[in-house]
Amino acid sequence: MTPIQSVLPAITPVLPEIVLSLGALLLVLYGAWRGERSSEGVNVGALILLIFTFFLVVSQTGQVTTLNGAFIADPFARLMKALILIGSAATILLSRDYFQRERIDRFEYPILIVLCTIGMMVMASANDLIALYLGLELQSLAAYVIAAFHRDDVKSTEAGLKYFVLGALSSGMLLYGSSLVYGFTGTVSFPGIVTALNGPASFGIVLGIVFVAAGVAFKLAAVPFHMWTPDVYEGSPTPVTAFFGSAPKVAAMAMTVRVFIGAFPDVTAVWQQIIVFVSIASMALGSFAAIGQRNIKRLMAYSSIGNVGYALIGLAAGSEEGIRGVVIYMIIYLAMTLGAFAVLLSLRRKDKMFETIDDLSGLSRTHPWLAFCLAAMMFSLAGIPPLAGFFAKFYVFAAAIKAGLVTLAVVGVVTSVVGAFYYIRLVKVMYFDEAQAPYERIPPGSAIVLGVSSAVVVLFFLVPAPLIAAAGDAAKALF
Amino acid sequence: MTAAAAFFYLFAGFAVASGFMVIAARNPVTSVLFLILAFVNAAGLFVLMGAEFLAMILVVVYVGAVAVLFLFVVMMLDVDFAALRQGFQRYLPIGSLIGAIFLIELLLVVGTWTIDPGLVQAPLGHAAHGESVTNTQALGRVLYTDYVYFFQIAGLILLVAMIGAIVLTLRDRTGVKRQNIAVQNARTQAMAVDTLKVPSRQGVEV
Repeated sequence: MTPIQSVLPAITPVLPEIVLSLGALLLVLYGAWRGERSSEGVNVGALILLIFTFFLVVSQTGQVTTLNGAFIADPFARLMKALILIGSAATILLSRDYFQRERIDRFEYPILIVLCTIGMMVMASANDLIALYLGLELQSLAAYVIAAFHRDDVKSTEAGLKYFVLGALSSGMLLYGSSLVYGFTGTVSFPGIVTALNGPASFGIVLGIVFVAAGVAFKLAAVPFHMWTPDVYEGSPTPVTAFFGSAPKVAAMAMTVRVFIGAFPDVTAVWQQIIVFVSIASMALGSFAAIGQRNIKRLMAYSSIGNVGYALIGLAAGSEEGIRGVVIYMIIYLAMTLGAFAVLLSLRRKDKMFETIDDLSGLSRTHPWLAFCLAAMMFSLAGIPPLAGFFAKFYVFAAAIKAGLVTLAVVGVVTSVVGAFYYIRLVKVMYFDEAQAPYERIPPGSAIVLGVSSAVVVLFFLVPAPLIAAAGDAAKALF
Repeated sequence: MTAAAAFFYLFAGFAVASGFMVIAARNPVTSVLFLILAFVNAAGLFVLMGAEFLAMILVVVYVGAVAVLFLFVVMMLDVDFAALRQGFQRYLPIGSLIGAIFLIELLLVVGTWTIDPGLVQAPLGHAAHGESVTNTQALGRVLYTDYVYFFQIAGLILLVAMIGAIVLTLRDRTGVKRQNIAVQNARTQAMAVDTLKVPSRQGVEV
């Protein structure tokens, strides 16, 4: 009789995912049992669950693969999962007040956020193509639903439908690419692909990598697969937009790094040119197309496209230092996005939300702290020292120059100067334009998120060491 | 000619013919019925190849669920197929050109295709275990052991699909009169009947 431990796969590394899944099932039961009145309880429960899982993830150490090699728990996965959990928890904090006021406060929303989070965590620790695809589908399917969550609003349903149709197309491309990679290497596991690919890449592999790259570029909202982003960001309920801008971006970046660095490290020449092109195109479009936008949600959509471009610079470098840059960039990007959306969510008078740039005019006189925080976010997004955004860009540009991609770094610097124009225009509108009637008090959930993210953005330069060391550990695990 | 070969040509012939009828039939309901026939014949082909699990899945999932769903959609939505076919004549030349190009490409590909003879001989499902197990058994052995992780995540994806469908479509309709048995049974004579003294020539206000 063999002991049971030798038959079962090691489940300790997967504990955060298991806890989150069981928690989600319990919340579904509780919600179905209590009906519409359960919303408050499910929200609190989901928040506690996410925070508990965060500590579970942080407390783990070491590097193991389990579940037949499909799941890897290493410092990179853990850091990315921690960021994803922070993003999801912050979304639930940001959403509560908005959903109650819009009368779409239903208990399914936090549950879908939790299920989406499980999908993102699976993506972050995927060690084979099937796990990657399943995680991506779990995340995307939940995201399509919450995009259309305001189901009586035409824009929200349009956003959901657009996201669904284009997302299904991109999943198909990713799956087709994966099938080609499987066909030409005979394995789906990343280490297996690495061993199979010793030598020049065959045409089929190149085609597979191109399709996989197209699929992940869509999920990242990188040019030329960015078309859905502005419409989906504008149409979705604002807290959902905040969510799309934060946690799924981190997960998509984690997935991209996993695929390219984990599965194709020896065929860098094949994918490097794709990443360089996507990065340059995203940075350029992100900075030029945002100039004409009046709606802050659309502006943030273009800003996120640009930011993905900057983060991809680190990946294009393909070095340990580059990946460290990507990780630092995602940490700081998460803080900046959540902070900016927390401000946007507090622009409310009576039952109306305001979301154009003109609505910010004179905010510094009516709400000085709000204006100060948003100004900090904008200066940081523009990359002005000593705010955190400067360091984020600094590390990826430095990695690119060290890897010999000087042109890429130069394009990055030029486009961030262009981008600075529209970021700083927001500051000008807030500080130098006519004041308007004051808005309502900032909801407590948004206040917490705004406080924490502002502290990260403003004070990062005082104690950068812990985050940079964590990012360095994460990057080291991949090489 | 063996029985297997005879059945192969029977199933393959029916599959191709009903595939053609799917696009040629005038009535969309007939199209869907021919689609079902094509699926069943494809299932027969799978059985001949020794992939009985795949054959049953094809019948259960595609015929039992997908095709019937198609049938419902076709019958419930009033799609004007005559209008959809307008312009068929106009696009015929370019359509047939593209079709011809595809056909030539396919012929070129198939013409140069060589199949590894070892691959043809390998019986399905038996190779992995080196003993005689059916492929349903072979799948069952790995589904809950090697691939338990994927199986569970697929389950979560289905849960999300279910929650999503309910969230986006379920509404509480107002003004619907529902029967409440408990209230009906709890009615007493005092609640149902009102006895009034009616004064002569005045009537009552109801």
